[in-house]
Amino acid sequence: MRIGIPAETLAGEKRVATTPEIVEKLIKLGFQVAVESGAGDAANFSDEVYRAAGAEIIEGAPQLWAASDIVFKVAVPTSDEVGLMREGGALIGFVWPAQNPELMDQLAAKKATVLAMDCLPRQLSRAQKMDALTSQAGVAGYRAVIEAANAFGRFFNGQITAAGKVPPAKVFIAGAGVAGLAAIGAAAGLGAIVRANDTRAEVADQVKSLGGEFVKVDYEEEGSGGGGYAKVMSEGFQQAQREMYAQQAKDVDIIITTALIPGKPAPRLITAEMVQSMRPGSVIVDMAAERGGNCELSEAGKVVVKHGVTIVGYTDLNSRMAKQSSTLYASNVFRLVEELCKTRDGVIDVNMEDDAIRGLTVIKDGEVTWPAPPLKMPAAKPPAAKPVATPAAQGHGPGAPLSGGKVAAIFGVAALLFLLIGAYAPAAFMEHFTVFVLACFVGYMVIWNVTPALHTPLMSVTNAISSIIAIGALVQIAPPHFFGFSFDRPDGWIRGLAVVAIALTAINMIGGFAVTKRMLSMFRK
Amino acid sequence: MSANLVSVSYIGAIIFFILSLGGLSSPESSRRGNYYGMIGMTIAVLATVFGPRVTSEGLSWIVVAMVVGGSVGLYAARKVQMTQMPELVALMHSLVGLAACLIGFANYIDPMAALHLSSAEAAIHKIETYLGILIGAVTFSGSLIAFGKLSGKIGGKPLLLPGRHFLNLAGLLIVIAFGWQFLHAGSTSAGMLGLTVMTVIALLFGIHMVMAIGGADMPVVISMLNSYSGWAAAATGFMLSNDLLIVTGALVGSSGAILSYIMCRAMNRNFFSVIAGGFGSGGKSAKSGGAAQPAGEVVSINAAEAAELLREAQSVIIVPGYGMAVAQAQHAVSEIAALLRERGVNVRFAIHPVAGRMPGHMNVLLAEARVPYDIVMEMDEINEDFANTDVAIVIGANDIVNPAAQEEPGSPIAGMPVLKVWEARTSIMMKRSMAAGYAGVDNPLFYKENNRMLFGDARKTLEEVLAALRT
Repeated sequence: MRIGIPAETLAGEKRVATTPEIVEKLIKLGFQVAVESGAGDAANFSDEVYRAAGAEIIEGAPQLWAASDIVFKVAVPTSDEVGLMREGGALIGFVWPAQNPELMDQLAAKKATVLAMDCLPRQLSRAQKMDALTSQAGVAGYRAVIEAANAFGRFFNGQITAAGKVPPAKVFIAGAGVAGLAAIGAAAGLGAIVRANDTRAEVADQVKSLGGEFVKVDYEEEGSGGGGYAKVMSEGFQQAQREMYAQQAKDVDIIITTALIPGKPAPRLITAEMVQSMRPGSVIVDMAAERGGNCELSEAGKVVVKHGVTIVGYTDLNSRMAKQSSTLYASNVFRLVEELCKTRDGVIDVNMEDDAIRGLTVIKDGEVTWPAPPLKMPAAKPPAAKPVATPAAQGHGPGAPLSGGKVAAIFGVAALLFLLIGAYAPAAFMEHFTVFVLACFVGYMVIWNVTPALHTPLMSVTNAISSIIAIGALVQIAPPHFFGFSFDRPDGWIRGLAVVAIALTAINMIGGFAVTKRMLSMFRK
Repeated sequence: MSANLVSVSYIGAIIFFILSLGGLSSPESSRRGNYYGMIGMTIAVLATVFGPRVTSEGLSWIVVAMVVGGSVGLYAARKVQMTQMPELVALMHSLVGLAACLIGFANYIDPMAALHLSSAEAAIHKIETYLGILIGAVTFSGSLIAFGKLSGKIGGKPLLLPGRHFLNLAGLLIVIAFGWQFLHAGSTSAGMLGLTVMTVIALLFGIHMVMAIGGADMPVVISMLNSYSGWAAAATGFMLSNDLLIVTGALVGSSGAILSYIMCRAMNRNFFSVIAGGFGSGGKSAKSGGAAQPAGEVVSINAAEAAELLREAQSVIIVPGYGMAVAQAQHAVSEIAALLRERGVNVRFAIHPVAGRMPGHMNVLLAEARVPYDIVMEMDEINEDFANTDVAIVIGANDIVNPAAQEEPGSPIAGMPVLKVWEARTSIMMKRSMAAGYAGVDNPLFYKENNRMLFGDARKTLEEVLAALRT
């Protein structure tokens, strides 16, 4: 099949959906690749490089769309672009089906198959390699710091120079999602003092691991909303959060906000008063400007100066690092294509049984399949990799059944044995035998629950318990005499044997329990 | 104390014993489990001593015997080093076996024991006595040999007599023949001959059986002898018509049997082929035909380089083996693990079921060295994680990390579940030499591209690594 890479048409969009490096890999997977002339120019990939990688260069968008079975896009396709699309073709790119219902109808009418990079079930760890939202957010977070540094009139790191002491910049990052974490890493790397906050308490460790300091909101509420996003918090929490932000605003030089809640306008975190309370020359980068902004005063796509504070509201941070963004995006898309083309024969197979692909596929052969049924699985837990070990490695523990034939054979033998015993043994023996068999079963059930780590203590404790055999010796040492009978009972012999036996088992009894106690007291968490 | 009171005390003791074994399902509850066992034992002994079957004239004897035995036991329990646990356990098994023999003989010469039995019951009683002594004798001599092998007093190599299976078979036939004679003996003294001959043969059989088993199979042998000591107690219980002994013996017996099964499964070997012996022979040609000689280069490193690898790692898995126990290196290992954990490295331990010389041996050593047990993982828990691990360190283990078990169907250990250390980005193999392990199989891991050999005594080398890490 032929993959087509058109030039992006959205104003200001500088990214391109694939890079020459990925073109080579796609060709190895058996695909042909066509690139629209000039598609990579804005991201510094020239037509020559694409050609050298094995791609065909096609002049003009209509020709390219017509020639392609699969089209890779970055930005949401315009209706003109969909009009160019081949009937029954495939499209991979950002779609945002919830925000673009008309586009979905149009694509469905084209009998297209559409895989939306934004619909990836991100909680699947297997899907991480395809997660374009993450890779793009990471780039944007980095760029946000660079934009802040650009607008900020001072060093980020503290310095002691001959000309005097320079204090380090203090950066506060609101929202420690992918973009926030990337920003923390970048700002800390430049030497700033970085603080961050997020409604999800579990990210505190990640913040610390990147060199940031986690600032807690003084209010107890868990804010994880599933899929790695935050949810809307209660009024009490928001009040406490506002106070914390107000305090930070007075203290820090730079604020970078990254807070987004799926399907809702961005939360208003920085009010006009907070901006006013900041020192002149401070910078705010509002990464949520496109969705209404985290800062009251930010304007989407623009840099404004209010109360002496520079407020950066760029919405095209990714295009400002077009080469890096494109490289990562292309490799996300390539990983997806790998999953779609497991046979490596240049034909894609949209396997709807695969959770990751099911989630991505919003339209299949003209039929809208969005939204995908929710995945019910614990977050951050990878799907249990099928053990490739030999069957012998998989223990059949107490519960795992044996094969039917084996069970039948065991029961058969046991039945025969029981029949024999039942036929010949005297009644008194039967009682003991019953007890014996039941005890074996109890032992079987109990022992399987013993954790392997405690097998040595198990042995020493069973060893101690088996010294119960002392009972046998105890009853021999001085039994009561029966009246009316006279025996030549060799008392001396019996007593001697019994005393030795008691002494031996006492070693076991006391020693066994003592050594078990010693061992178990060492096991600690 | 009346007979009924004794009976209910016995039931109480049984319940405590079951709770005791049940308590071992997790480290948290295990301490209480041990106390349950002690309580159960105390109840059983006191109920018997003050019950109707022991008169007061025996009391002083009992106290003396208990005090003497108990102090020896307590002394041994205090003194024993954790690396010597297998020896101690083996020795203790032999005591149970010997006690079973002594009680069997005492019971046999006691005319009161079979006083009011019908003829069928008397026959059963004789068989029970015979079997009880037989199992006791095998347990006794077998455990003694196991003790000798584990403590190094007897060489670890299997002793393979020519025609050993026939020897065993002949022994079995003689035992059965004398059993017949014993069953039909008219008087006590007439039966003594059969009983004595059988005991001698059983002792020899126990010796022969364990002598033929190689050092690597010791975990199976130990748990098997554990099982035998239980069955000996159960047989004694049958002989004395004592349900407490029967139940307790059965509990211990099935426990040992399950452990043996688990150990065999961990080596992918049939129980009978282990018992038949001869596997752990270093004598067998190590490279059968030399066809499977692994190709590649062995890269050896020194302690400083190993420390460098650890310093750069984000996640480390440590695989201890018998070599760690021999070198007493568990404390050094623990310190390295603690140091790395302080630095935020994800350190875990992977324990193969048959690592060491008895089931759970490694866990006990690591516990002694204060390694927290929640980072000590079983093979099944951790085996898939090697692929995401930066460094895997193998300390004195060989066969349990041998990729040949999975990659070469012709290998003698093929199919044995092994820890996949070679999937880690780098594996460090600490060994004294390039020698093959107990299975006598060459290890292709040495020659893998991502494997590094760190030669030397485990403790000395680890202490060097630790010192290098601290600087």
